[in-house]
Amino acid sequence: MAPVATKKKAKSGNKSKVSKKTYLEWYTLMLRIRKFEERALMMYGQQKIRGFCHVYIGQEAVAAGIESAITKDDCIVTAYRQHGIAIGRGVSSDAAMAELYGKETGVNKGKGGSMHFFSKEHNYFGGNGIVGAQIPIGAGIAFAEKYRDTKNLCVTMFGDGAARQGALHEAFNMSMAWKLPVLYICENNGYAMGTSVERTSNVPDIYKLGLGYEMPCEAVDGMDPEAVHNAISKAAAHIRAGKGPYFLEIKTYRYKGHSVSDPGKYRSKDEVKEYKDRDPINVLEKKLIKEKMATEAAIKKIKDAVKAEVDQAVKFAEESSFPDASELYTDNYLQDDYPFLT
Amino acid sequence: MSREIQLRDAIREAMSEEMRRDESVFLMGEEVAEYNGAYKVSKGMLDEFGAKRVIDTPIAELGFAGIGVGAAMNGLKPIVEFMTWNFAVLAFDQIVNNAAKTLSQSAGAFSCPIVFRGPSGSAGQLAQQHSQTFEAWLANCPGLKVISCIDPYDTKGLMKSAIRDNDPICFMESESSYGFTGIVPEEEYLIPIGKAAIRREGTDVTLVSFNKMMIEVNTAADELAKEGISAEVIDLRTIRPLDHHTIVESVKKTNRIVVVDESWPFAGVSAEIAYEVQKYAFDYLDAPVVRVNSADVSLPYAPTLVSEYLPNPRKIIQAVKSVMYQKA
Repeated sequence: MAPVATKKKAKSGNKSKVSKKTYLEWYTLMLRIRKFEERALMMYGQQKIRGFCHVYIGQEAVAAGIESAITKDDCIVTAYRQHGIAIGRGVSSDAAMAELYGKETGVNKGKGGSMHFFSKEHNYFGGNGIVGAQIPIGAGIAFAEKYRDTKNLCVTMFGDGAARQGALHEAFNMSMAWKLPVLYICENNGYAMGTSVERTSNVPDIYKLGLGYEMPCEAVDGMDPEAVHNAISKAAAHIRAGKGPYFLEIKTYRYKGHSVSDPGKYRSKDEVKEYKDRDPINVLEKKLIKEKMATEAAIKKIKDAVKAEVDQAVKFAEESSFPDASELYTDNYLQDDYPFLT
Repeated sequence: MSREIQLRDAIREAMSEEMRRDESVFLMGEEVAEYNGAYKVSKGMLDEFGAKRVIDTPIAELGFAGIGVGAAMNGLKPIVEFMTWNFAVLAFDQIVNNAAKTLSQSAGAFSCPIVFRGPSGSAGQLAQQHSQTFEAWLANCPGLKVISCIDPYDTKGLMKSAIRDNDPICFMESESSYGFTGIVPEEEYLIPIGKAAIRREGTDVTLVSFNKMMIEVNTAADELAKEGISAEVIDLRTIRPLDHHTIVESVKKTNRIVVVDESWPFAGVSAEIAYEVQKYAFDYLDAPVVRVNSADVSLPYAPTLVSEYLPNPRKIIQAVKSVMYQKA
């Protein structure tokens, strides 16, 4: 069963003029995420990184299209396939790689690992490890923005698997009833672990779940940052106008398995190839050169800089220390004299 | 000036005072606004604070608990009311996996200052699904604080402390005790979280309990006094962190302890207290620690079975006499 972004015509949202600068930013961000994760997988193979590790490879256009369409004052919360989202928010490769290593210099002092990056300064409310749990949390983050009467919204991201959780329906219902400034994004990569979307529901078009709540909803081609950007720009304008939530099903694909331990044998080679042929980084690289937005030399310069950034991140992580054992009892309570049982 | 008020009034006063004090505090839950609260705890609060801050939710415990968690992570101080803690089981994912762990998994970047509150325990013939206690379940989880009390004075002071506290708190009240009265001053005061109260000083045996079992314990202590047995009565008030110190110091004086806990016996609060007492007062004990719990079964409907299930003064007196090696 092939779930697919290409087979059904997905809307690309309203066309808006995209500057050369934005194309280059998309290219650079997608490449940074891709190379960061390829190196993370390599270091996982060397057992430098442990635990569960879910990579975003293939889905980078979503992160890129989101960041260009919202502001840094807006909030994002997502699930555990989240390295790329955090880097898109502005978390440094050093802090991200050190977190994967479990080092004290990591974005969360080595306490969160691959699934749990959080950064208050980047309005990044984290990687959540319980499928779908972040959906009502995102509504709550948006609730607080509305309560304070800001114009900020909360991008609340989840996968196709989470779309089948009850938490989604409760959050959809309340956020529509209360017109919360929340942009729900389902990154439909086709598979909830090994179960294809078609096998999880009578409603394979996930965006249609919005219809039951009269929430504006549409499907978007997630292999194209421009399509993602345009759809999100339109949705964000709707939300900022005080009209309440919006739901986008962004059809994307993960080239790797669900996690490092998953060989992904439930998919055909042809299906994976079909997506890789539409790889957002390769497609955009060709476009940049063809449309003379960048020279071969300029592209090489970006690639060299990204490689240097990832090399540096690994060096930084390697040279950093693991947290001291005394850190076990910090960050459990804000009360500084909490009497732990020992 | 003091006056006698009900438990429900004490909780409402605490919430209202804190909402007047701090604009970021709000109340949400089923029937809290227009219906004035299923048990009239929030009566009048919608009129005073408006629909922005006193919010009726649909019946969706997981969803509104999660909205509370997100709002707390983003700078607000939610009070989330569950009509009963039995329904909060639907929201345990948000309480246990998110509220409790936000600070740890974000390494301090985000906190979750939220109060989850509602009644816990049996309340007449409500049968299996509406009669459970959850103190032990939630107190097992690091990151949470758990408060369980019915004394109006204590409850008001602890509720105000809970709302001001920046850690996530589970606050257990009692459906059948919302009309329980007590003397409460009009002036503002706080009760610290994590401190037990010695309700009655005594010399022969320590009785430890919390929430509405305190009523049974006090009745038992009165009866025991008539028989010349002097019981020291401790109301835990806070379950996590547990005030072991007060319990252990009492046992060092009385050399005997009976724990009365409406929870089921297995791995419960009573078991935790028994462990701490054997660890820190082993040489002071003149008898094994004895506990009086609800029966190790689901609570059925019939009145005879409810009566058999719950701790009561008779069972407590029997337990006290056993640790004093007296015939019941």
